[in-house]
Amino acid sequence: MKYTEYMALNPLQRFWYNFKNFIVSIPRGIGNFFKAIGNGIVNFFKGLGKGITEFVMGFIRGDIFTKISYFIMGFGNICRGQVIKGIMFLLIEVGYIFFMVFFGADYLSMFTTLRAVRGEPVETILPGGKVDVRPGEIEVYSYQILLFGILAILVTVAFIALYFVSTKSARTVDAMVKNGEKVPKFRDELKDLLDSKFHATLLATPIVLICVFVLLPLLFMIVMAFTGFSGAEKSYVDFGWVGFQQFAEIFKTSETGASMGSTFAKVTGWTLIWAVCATFSNYILGMVIALMINKKGIKLKKLWRTMFVMTVAVPQFVTLLLMAQILGPYDYSPMNLIFAKLFGSTEAIDFLGSTVNNGLLPRIMVIVVNCWVGIPYTILMTSGILMNIPEDLYESARIDGAGPVKSFTKITLPYMLFVTTPYLITQFIGNVNNFNVIFLLTNGGPVNNLQYRKGMGHTDLLITLLYKLSINDKLYGMGAAIGILVFIVCATLSLVTFNMTKSAKNEEEFS
Amino acid sequence: MIKSYKLRRGIANTFIYVVLAVLSLVWIFPLVWLVLHSFRINPIDPTIAPVINYHGIFPKFNELGFDNYISLFRDTEYLVWFKNTFIVAVFSCIISTLSVLMVAYAFSRLRFKARKPFINVGMIMGMFPGFMTTIALYHILDILGLGRTHVGLVLCYSGGAGLGYLVAKGFFDTIPRALDEAATIDGANKNQIFWKIILPMSKPIVIYTVLTSFIGPWCDFILVDILMGNERQLWTVSRGLREWTNYQNMSNGSFRWFLSGSVVVAIPITALFLYMQKYYVEGVTAGGVKG
Repeated sequence: MKYTEYMALNPLQRFWYNFKNFIVSIPRGIGNFFKAIGNGIVNFFKGLGKGITEFVMGFIRGDIFTKISYFIMGFGNICRGQVIKGIMFLLIEVGYIFFMVFFGADYLSMFTTLRAVRGEPVETILPGGKVDVRPGEIEVYSYQILLFGILAILVTVAFIALYFVSTKSARTVDAMVKNGEKVPKFRDELKDLLDSKFHATLLATPIVLICVFVLLPLLFMIVMAFTGFSGAEKSYVDFGWVGFQQFAEIFKTSETGASMGSTFAKVTGWTLIWAVCATFSNYILGMVIALMINKKGIKLKKLWRTMFVMTVAVPQFVTLLLMAQILGPYDYSPMNLIFAKLFGSTEAIDFLGSTVNNGLLPRIMVIVVNCWVGIPYTILMTSGILMNIPEDLYESARIDGAGPVKSFTKITLPYMLFVTTPYLITQFIGNVNNFNVIFLLTNGGPVNNLQYRKGMGHTDLLITLLYKLSINDKLYGMGAAIGILVFIVCATLSLVTFNMTKSAKNEEEFS
Repeated sequence: MIKSYKLRRGIANTFIYVVLAVLSLVWIFPLVWLVLHSFRINPIDPTIAPVINYHGIFPKFNELGFDNYISLFRDTEYLVWFKNTFIVAVFSCIISTLSVLMVAYAFSRLRFKARKPFINVGMIMGMFPGFMTTIALYHILDILGLGRTHVGLVLCYSGGAGLGYLVAKGFFDTIPRALDEAATIDGANKNQIFWKIILPMSKPIVIYTVLTSFIGPWCDFILVDILMGNERQLWTVSRGLREWTNYQNMSNGSFRWFLSGSVVVAIPITALFLYMQKYYVEGVTAGGVKG
């Protein structure tokens, strides 16, 4: 469609046109996504294939030193003058072998069943002459096997990578000697670490930390979703693989009463509503206030800004705990006092715990409080960008007869959406996982045992559901399964959002 | 014509002033309420049967005093918690800041083969709910022998900090590359460029990173709750304050400790924040937009 044709449409037709485009673009976007994944996999294997050919050819063509280096890491380097580097490779190999022999191999073999290791069964002879056999004391717990098994796998992967590095290094040195080049000394290589290989120096420590404190726990939890790890006495220390049983458990529905399945569906629905409302209410209202503060002719800009920014400065948990008290049902709660003064109400209203209308009031209140907490951040974040919108755009709009609302929806919003899409997406994912606001304000309540699983309530998000399942009910496996589902939700949503911004960009080409 | 335009603008501005004033009141009211009530001599006690209008919204002048604060420092573990919080926050701030700046710099201004894959893996890891790892960390620290220690807590706070490099990367991206090239021609290596040229230019983002990574541990309570359990001596302030707002604990007057404790814990952060506000804004706008 040409620009002129587009302009000739009436608003309803335009909306339909854009809507149609958006819907049409979804399959294409998802297709592109899978194509990208496919390409990535193909490229990975191409690279791997190339690496392996090089690896094998290097072995066949290499001289005796190189060949030995394939079995004794660093041999080639030591023989050709890179003594320190070679010894380091050798130490890595020796270390890995020791690790596997004394530690890793045991756990890897136990990893297949995960069953706890028990000592000798205890036999006691009862007074009647009967022999009572009890299973022995547990020596190695299942979750230890799980953790150390993953650790052993991670170490092995790291070792294989280093092994390839060492053989490559042996080949390089070989080639250098053959070409008559000077073999770099250890000191030269250290210097390289500060220059051409500076990225390795910078990234080494953070990556090790991330591997231990993010990757390892993450893998641990992902794998845990496929085990029967739960708080029930026995399976806490002794459990096995259960496949997709935990996922099946989550979706299980029953005819009578509140099942896990219906709870999960309700909580997911509310999580999405919450994330959309919380993200956009913050974004739009924050922008409106920022525009008001920055409007030409408004004085005391600094004072207004400080008033709002004060709440950012106070630690969030303090403000949230405070809000829970202010909106609470207690006699000192100022919100109720204000209501009593203004409307003469005599009964205390429980703003965060009222169960009327399926907890509609608490649901609205958490969104409102989230605005109170979040809008100052939006003001801080958008003030600078809002100043960058060319003033003449507004001026010409005003001359053409646009009011403040129209110039906001037609100029400010499109411009801001265009610039701050990444911020919006991270905000959205942050809100899906917004644990603090819900946990500190309502703790998921008001609890409704008729419609939800025991202990869950109307404002529970997926993330607090995860918390309650894991911490209160000790259903670690199920909690981990929910974590994976949250990941899938987040990943899909950011995919769709990226899609939408793509269509928004296409739209941008019109105007 | 001009007159009516001026009049219209005047009306619009008055309207904005009124809206801003009302909103400012809404935003500032809870904080004022907190501070005034923390000075109230006869502390409000939620366990007394609710009687509307039993208390005024704000305490009267002759009801004000320092009793709550004296009781806070004399009768509770607050000082121990405050010390714990400070130590944990300082150490995790140092480790986090270094990690974030190093990762951001490497991804922003250095080009190497594994760059794209690393960024993608980091993005995927970031999409898992961060809370998920907390439970696993408990088991890991337990096995490593670091369970129920502050070393473990610091490592948990700062270990994954490197993944939060996006804002800092956005900032580094805006520094012109010509600077690097000029320095290289003058004989500087990349290490020197990082420490001597880029970092001194990046004051806003350094301060932003320090501020956010200091505030993070200062305000977190859930990790402390899971890692430290019931060992009150090891808690941080936020965990303690949470305990004091539990309805079951309020009968022993813990609510007044919550009020005064909140004010004390908020003062350093508020002062720090208001002082550094300019840099915070610069950092967040430079990095947040580009993503």
